[in-house]
Amino acid sequence: MVIVLTETSATELAVGPGEPHPVDELWLSTTDTTAITGWSMKPEGFCKDDICVPTPPGKADRFVQGDAINLSAFWRLMGKPAVRSENADVWLLGEGASLRNDALLSLEAPDFTLPDLDGELHSLTDFRQKRVLLITWASW
Amino acid sequence: MFESVKNEDFMIVSVAMDADIEAARPWIEAASPDYITLIDQNHLLSSLYNMVNVPQAVWIDESGTIVRPVETGGSLDVVKEYDQDLRGYKPDVAERAAHAKSTYINAVKDWAVNGSASAFLFGPDEARKRVPAMTNEIAVAHAKFQLGQYLKRNGRTDEADAIFAECRQLHPDSWNIFRETTERTATGLAAGKEFWGKVRSLGEKQYYATIDMEGMPG
Repeated sequence: MVIVLTETSATELAVGPGEPHPVDELWLSTTDTTAITGWSMKPEGFCKDDICVPTPPGKADRFVQGDAINLSAFWRLMGKPAVRSENADVWLLGEGASLRNDALLSLEAPDFTLPDLDGELHSLTDFRQKRVLLITWASW
Repeated sequence: MFESVKNEDFMIVSVAMDADIEAARPWIEAASPDYITLIDQNHLLSSLYNMVNVPQAVWIDESGTIVRPVETGGSLDVVKEYDQDLRGYKPDVAERAAHAKSTYINAVKDWAVNGSASAFLFGPDEARKRVPAMTNEIAVAHAKFQLGQYLKRNGRTDEADAIFAECRQLHPDSWNIFRETTERTATGLAAGKEFWGKVRSLGEKQYYATIDMEGMPG
């Protein structure tokens, strides 16, 4: 069993970690890949919305084998962190620095959804039409 | 801190950067804030907004545009002047810090009342200049931090601690990562030997970056 985390989701998959691939590679079916990340294989490459990342020439079998996608390889090719637990049973697909920088430089406040103390979820965009002072603190 | 800022066009979204929700609960309930308080166990905001400490603040206007990028939320950089014998700050230091805080709160009030006419807002070019740049190391640190939090919540403490140590190395400027993942005192504060050791090793660097605002003490 493998658990694949993104910033906003946790998905449990029946595939075993590694086997038959190296432990530092996360291979998923095309269906699981799209369900978890929104990215999918197309003739042009690995795509989401109008962005496509071509499979590096001459290395296609390092990225795609039949119905399986080396998701960690594509993720890292895009400059995004794909990190894992020691035995590779938990993976986290993170966001890359360049997308973060582009988002902040656009000056559009990055949206998020977080719970209050009662577990009720709130998004930043719920407060559009208001001026928002977003301020952090911690108990520590 | 912002109790007197009341305005229907204005809202405070206060976010607790706490892996342990129960650690935040007494603070939230004691303060009974009439603004919204959210819990960010994975420090998602650190990753989204490139935050490194608390309190840090971002001013966002009615259209969702950042009009003051991430900055220290009213605190003055006096941590290095903390007096271990007094267990607090000397009166003159405390006064400077209070002055900084009230200057910041008054600016927030000005914005709450005057909106886009407030003199404290940055235009797009000025705002962009003040956005801190994220590096690949920082992005990896945030990813590993979230992974570590997941493992910790699932009882894999040793593995999580090893990952947190990597996070602290990858992003040494993040007090959020450091304080969330290092020793706590009996009262739950990340202000033990490790913390003060790191503060002492700051040298010329700041614990709280100076707020770029008219009237703010340096």
